[in-house]
Amino acid sequence: MASSKSGTDEFIKGLWNENPVFVQVLGMCPVLAVSNTAMNALAMGLATAFVLVMSNIVVSSLRNFIPKQVRIATYILIIATFVTVVDYVIQAVSLDLYKALGAFISLIVVNCLILGRAEAFASKNTVARSTMDGLGMGIGFAFALFCLGAVREILGNGALFGAQLFHDSFEKWVVMILPSGGFFTLAAWLLLFNWLKQRKAKKEETAALALQKEVA
Amino acid sequence: MSQSELATAPAPAAPSIWHMYRAMVGVGVFCGLLIVSVFQVTLPIIERNKAEALQEAIFEVLPNATKSTTYRLTEAGGFELVEGEDDAGRLVYAGYDDAEQLVGLAVEAEGMGYQDVIALIYGYSFTEQAIVGIQVLESKETPGLGDKIETDADFLENFKSLDVSVGEDGSALANSVVPVKHGEKTQPWEVDGITGATISSVAIANLLDRSAQYWVPRIRNNLADFQGQE
Repeated sequence: MASSKSGTDEFIKGLWNENPVFVQVLGMCPVLAVSNTAMNALAMGLATAFVLVMSNIVVSSLRNFIPKQVRIATYILIIATFVTVVDYVIQAVSLDLYKALGAFISLIVVNCLILGRAEAFASKNTVARSTMDGLGMGIGFAFALFCLGAVREILGNGALFGAQLFHDSFEKWVVMILPSGGFFTLAAWLLLFNWLKQRKAKKEETAALALQKEVA
Repeated sequence: MSQSELATAPAPAAPSIWHMYRAMVGVGVFCGLLIVSVFQVTLPIIERNKAEALQEAIFEVLPNATKSTTYRLTEAGGFELVEGEDDAGRLVYAGYDDAEQLVGLAVEAEGMGYQDVIALIYGYSFTEQAIVGIQVLESKETPGLGDKIETDADFLENFKSLDVSVGEDGSALANSVVPVKHGEKTQPWEVDGITGATISSVAIANLLDRSAQYWVPRIRNNLADFQGQE
């Protein structure tokens, strides 16, 4: 029972409290580069999540087999393998998607989020917990990318998943699709998350104070 | 700190070389096998996707064609029919209509755009002596600006009938394809540019010019090669 609960905790933390993009601010290169449409962002997020889960599983199951001295090289080898697999699979599923994601699929290899989870979590935890951690972090990453992609596509193209949302007279903010728009959107989301966090902290503080007063 | 001091510093207790070796080689073999098997499984699907995308593009740029055949440029300057899946050499795609009549040729061309190489395929019509359609196959032009070369209706209108007739001596185009500023197109061989995507639209005009200068005279001088369709 206790282990299943902690597994759920590992899953939840990646979604919200330790969200890789909004809280840890990791892997910014793909976050900013391929979040110009919701579809690209979601595909990139899911590809990263798949690599993250698979590498977490393999790294954690081999954790007693890999000597400390060669661990980084081995992790990179494992990660690169799954990235290559994803690369072929995306090409087989949709050439258009492959064209849109371009070089960023190969660059998943150097996404510090994945190596970070392999090193900080999977190499020290059981396969089950590492899988949950990978799932949570991966879905959290995909969710964050989707948040950026959706906002940028709606404002920059007046559409979501390619479906037109507004009347033709809607003036598109082209800047939102350009790289600078990625920074603006990311900043806005970070602002929101920090504000939420601060508000929560303040609430807890006042609650604690009130409790103290009551006790007194 | 000298070299000798570094060398004499006590080394951390190392696991045996064999363990490191075993881990690296083991993981390497596992990864290699995984990649090879995924590659084997996906290769035919990827090739089919690419061939389908090319077929679609050919029919897109040659609106009247319903069938296509691949030809290769021979060293003698003529064209020969390509058998099977062999795709070596410089290829053109002949399009035929329902009555087995040659309607035109689709030719691939590429050139430097604003971000990266732009690859496209264009349709050449014999009767009109003109480019009758283009389809961008690969481009990394700026989304929202440079990628208008694929979506801008005014710009694509240029390629409904872009004059590429050959000159009198049959070795070059009578008029080069030239880019002009948006709204200043007066001749059928001029390409009306896109405001805000100047470099990308000029790149398209230039790469079409270079490709047409090369291919159109060769194609016209060897017209008979394409008629031997069974």
